[in-house]
Amino acid sequence: MKRRSFVAKSGLGTLATLLGVEIVYKELIPKGYIPVALQEIDPFALFKKDEAMVVLNDKPWNMEAQAYLLNDRVTPNKYMFIRNNGLLPEKIEESSWKLKIDGESVVEPKSYSLSDLKTKFKHYSYQLTLECGGNGRSEFNPPAKGNQWTIGAVSCAEWTGVRLKDVLADAGIKDDAVYIGYHAADMHLSRNPTKEPISRGVPMSKALQEETLLAFSMNGEAIPLAHGFPLRLVCGGWPASTSGKWLHTISIRNKVHDGEKMQGSSYRVPCETVAPGEIVADEDMCIIESMPVKSLITYPKSGAIINEGKTVRINGHAWAGELNLSKLEYSTDYGTSWKTATLEKAINRLAWQHFNATVSFPKKGYYEIWARATDSKGNKQPMVLPGWNPKGYLNNACHRIAIKVV
Amino acid sequence: MQEKENNDGIVFKPIFKVVLLIFTSFIIFGALAIIFYGPRQTQVDITEIDPELLENGVHVRTGLIEADGLQTVITNCTTCHSSKLIIQNRMGEEQWNATIRWMQKTQGLWPLGENQKVIVDYLTKNYPVLEKGRRPPLTDIDWYPLEGK
Repeated sequence: MKRRSFVAKSGLGTLATLLGVEIVYKELIPKGYIPVALQEIDPFALFKKDEAMVVLNDKPWNMEAQAYLLNDRVTPNKYMFIRNNGLLPEKIEESSWKLKIDGESVVEPKSYSLSDLKTKFKHYSYQLTLECGGNGRSEFNPPAKGNQWTIGAVSCAEWTGVRLKDVLADAGIKDDAVYIGYHAADMHLSRNPTKEPISRGVPMSKALQEETLLAFSMNGEAIPLAHGFPLRLVCGGWPASTSGKWLHTISIRNKVHDGEKMQGSSYRVPCETVAPGEIVADEDMCIIESMPVKSLITYPKSGAIINEGKTVRINGHAWAGELNLSKLEYSTDYGTSWKTATLEKAINRLAWQHFNATVSFPKKGYYEIWARATDSKGNKQPMVLPGWNPKGYLNNACHRIAIKVV
Repeated sequence: MQEKENNDGIVFKPIFKVVLLIFTSFIIFGALAIIFYGPRQTQVDITEIDPELLENGVHVRTGLIEADGLQTVITNCTTCHSSKLIIQNRMGEEQWNATIRWMQKTQGLWPLGENQKVIVDYLTKNYPVLEKGRRPPLTDIDWYPLEGK
């Protein structure tokens, strides 16, 4: 590597002149940051992420948290995973941004500016769990292709916006409506403008839920660029790919939405369970809806060494898609025995629930603390990997941390 | 001789004027720029990677292993997506071929011809499938002391 120095201004105006191009998202680039063409991109600075976040992919950007980074009750931006399918939109103008409602089943196609949305409809805030459908993919065997997420593709931030159902009702929903599909401003990796990187959606029943938002802020601030500025659809409890970022259109469809990554094997699992490695025809794959029961121990960080006779207070979060949790248990003996942790109620539906416990150990040695959540229907997290599927979705196996008692 | 010099002088004079004008404006605007923007200037180190550099058997810019087929992989695969997507995926020949077909069908990948075998050979040889169980032991544990209660 060779190094050279470069004189840069903290304001980016003349830098743009120097490059002969307009610098987009100028207002979102941190002061002192030198953009794109002039250096290797530092995603931690660009997206304001903690440096302990793990970059899985830089084209498109994909970044995940580690368990101990997710200890906050409400996930701050710096610890929030990024899952992009395409390239970030190259131009975002908040003042002229429009959300279009169209599709076969809209009574009257309508268009709303951001200020229309903010002034015409009531605002709501919810803490909503968003987990990537492929979170945990790295453990599947035989391996599944795609970003090899470990456990950090989950977050629960506070989203503020208007209810999708209020906006859809304003445009009018025909009786034959089945699904909504979103369209967004990100760009396909091939830079082919006729291709969309991703255009997914949800059935009307999910679209019309009170917590399904057209969000314009996250944790009380404008949504960060990587998370969908200026407008994002948020469908808590479902694969996060249903929560479309950089949203410009919602189509009310009279059939299951057929946008990019709705078909084939994308965000689908075999309708009937299969043996590991089995080839499954596209028509035998079913769309993932609510995410399964899962939990994370977020404190302490794995690897804690404690003195004999001391106890360790653990805490973390548990979530179960559309459902609530009924129980959180932990084990220090690989599931031979389980003890119950204190589990808090969710602040609102579709938010993760916090748990804590004080854990003691019988004698010196190497231990693992395993956490196992149970949802309101009695479904428990498996200790080994759940059913294999070709794309490696829905790994909700128990999380565990290592502890040494000395 | 004298006359020729004069002639030369007549030919070059306007050009010198233009050059002088450009040079003067450069200095004046430069000085103005420093006056207006100077105090906010910061010195920033920029790392620039030689696009061809190989270090310890690894192609530095992409992180890909140096082996037969490297350039073909760089040219055909990393134009659209990051090399990080290649490195973190471990698949057999059949799966890689299926992935290439999928990219051609849906993602705009061009026909690879004879290069397809070069690419798949490179991938399966340098990034072979690792055997994993249903739950492997925890590894890479970063031990640290914790004050218990």
